[in-house]
Amino acid sequence: MADKTLTFKPSAARPAPSTQIKALAWLRSNLFGSWFDTLITLLISAILISFVPDLLKWLFIDATYSGDDAICRINGGACWPFIGDKFQVLMIGVYPQDLAWRPAVSAIALILLAYLTYSNRLRGAVLIAAWFILPIIALFLIRGSFGMQSVDQSSWGGLMLSIMLALVGVIVSIPCGVMLALGRHYGSPVTKVLCVTFIELLRGVPLITILFMASVMMPLFLPAELVINNLLRIQIGMILFSSAYMAEVVRGGLQAILKGQAEASLSLGVSPAKTVAMIIVPQALRHVLPPLVGRCIALFKDTSLVIIVGLLDFLGMIKGAALDTAWLGFQAEAYVFAAFVYWAVCYSLSLYGRKLEQRGPQSNR
Amino acid sequence: MREFKMFKNMKYTAVAACALGATSGLSAGTLDDVKAAGELACGVSEGVSGFSNPNSDGVWEGLDSDVCRAVAAAVLGDGDAVRFVPLASKQKVLAVSSGQVDMTSRTTTWTMKRDSAEGVDFTAVVFYDGQGFMTSTQIGVSSAKELDGATVCLTTGTTTELNLADFARANNLSIEPVVFEGKREAVEAYASGRCDALTTDSSQLASFRAGFADPSQHVVLPEIISKEPLAPLVAHGDNQWKDIVTWVVYGLISAEELGVTQENVADMAANSGNPSVQRMLGSSGNTGGMIGLESDWMVNAITAVGNYGEIYKRNLTDTLGLERGVNAQWTDGGLLYAMPIR
Repeated sequence: MADKTLTFKPSAARPAPSTQIKALAWLRSNLFGSWFDTLITLLISAILISFVPDLLKWLFIDATYSGDDAICRINGGACWPFIGDKFQVLMIGVYPQDLAWRPAVSAIALILLAYLTYSNRLRGAVLIAAWFILPIIALFLIRGSFGMQSVDQSSWGGLMLSIMLALVGVIVSIPCGVMLALGRHYGSPVTKVLCVTFIELLRGVPLITILFMASVMMPLFLPAELVINNLLRIQIGMILFSSAYMAEVVRGGLQAILKGQAEASLSLGVSPAKTVAMIIVPQALRHVLPPLVGRCIALFKDTSLVIIVGLLDFLGMIKGAALDTAWLGFQAEAYVFAAFVYWAVCYSLSLYGRKLEQRGPQSNR
Repeated sequence: MREFKMFKNMKYTAVAACALGATSGLSAGTLDDVKAAGELACGVSEGVSGFSNPNSDGVWEGLDSDVCRAVAAAVLGDGDAVRFVPLASKQKVLAVSSGQVDMTSRTTTWTMKRDSAEGVDFTAVVFYDGQGFMTSTQIGVSSAKELDGATVCLTTGTTTELNLADFARANNLSIEPVVFEGKREAVEAYASGRCDALTTDSSQLASFRAGFADPSQHVVLPEIISKEPLAPLVAHGDNQWKDIVTWVVYGLISAEELGVTQENVADMAANSGNPSVQRMLGSSGNTGGMIGLESDWMVNAITAVGNYGEIYKRNLTDTLGLERGVNAQWTDGGLLYAMPIR
């Protein structure tokens, strides 16, 4: 046999077809795939071009970054010194500014704890305990207990108040919601009726009604000696409202748990209470994580309603800032800033929610 | 049936609690409560330019806030001993009648219904507000009666529309109203030149004007065509406390009339030969004692915030460019007429 070796010589690679070149391909498949896609792309581009340059011009190019209201009025763009001047009252309201370190320390603690939670450094019981203890310490600090100069609730305000209402609301209403859901799902007929009544009653009325009841009507029914302050009444109202919604979210999770889980656990000799606490509830909560995070975000945004009962939360201070006689006529800047802050808080919440979902055992699906 | 009965019982308990609250509220005496607390709980608005609004330092500013400070100074000797309680519009009457605040100083119009049926008493008018007109200086009008043929922007669903029609008919003017859903829209429409004039409460006109790019292009006309007398209010039934708030306001107005200012009050108290000044500042007689206060009550109040003219100038003229108009002293042709302190 002739010993002839054939070496395979690959010819030079042809350039990729134009449909596969990265940027072009991406454009073609995503933006100009069909005549309909092209039409929509062009339409949206036209809309964006019509206002985005003007918006950017107002926001950044024509904007004033330092100076006072007179300079702002001449420049015509956005007036950022206004936000700078108002920053402290927007954050803490009319809280005494020489005591501003107290909310500042609380805020730093909150951010630190949020970071530790996000990066998964704290787990289990320690994590839960930390989130219960933080608001209590912050409340004592901001109120001024243990011989510190006390600051009345009527001067709490700004973003501090919004976050406080939302944080306490979420932390208290999730356990309440779980209890209500368990009562409705597993309880005796009496418990079931009580839970259903509570949930349906509170879900059936708008939050504004509850806030009005808490703030305006309740003092009429209480004796003059028993003065529960306005903020506490409103906080309780928000917790009750939020619990009802949380309960329904959690109940959805409970229904998704197969009967076999409880039966297996009970047959292994685990007590019914432990079965619910260790087997059922954790799985149920994992199932409903996305709507649960959604409720938390909604509650944070709902806090902006408290202005109608005279609490100067973040949005209330934004409104007040726009009405300050030293800075009249800059409400657009105030509301743009408010929108940015609300977005930043809500988006970080939803980022955390997404991360939590990825962490679970079902994440590889 | 049983549940229904239970509910009924609960209702009675609530009514009883309400009555109990009301009676115990009366017997305590607001003056003693304020002295015991060491501070005055004063209801203000959540933000109205020139009347009550927190400034960049978190301090409440405005005419209404200064009235609170004056009362606190007269009662406690310290103008800063005030706990400002922001109240929403719906709360302002209830908060004072249910005792959550000692007084409310919150742009509240003195009406018969509130004064009688709603369990509060009004004290003395601190600002005569009312519907006015703002026009561009380019139109060259100096009185609302010259607005014949003008288009006027206003908001719908309020008494504003009715007042404007009445005013036009009474003065034989043909005014064309342009009605908007919200205040902001009406202001924007006026600013863009859609109408010749804008009409709403004159204090609001002033704050809109100050927010324009060039306020000097706009002028608030002197005519006021509706009655909105704004006065602080206290709970019904505590006569002594009502007297205190009333006479502090009269004191501030009298001080302007008598030429007592924040700067010269100490000097006037010591050296003035005018019997009216002596009586008011406690250097002869004891007017403070008549309402349960110290004899230097007005000295403290004026030291804290100045006389009415100074308060007005600081909060409304310097910042919003609002002239005195009907809020001038009676001697200058205005409506301010403080009852004599003697």
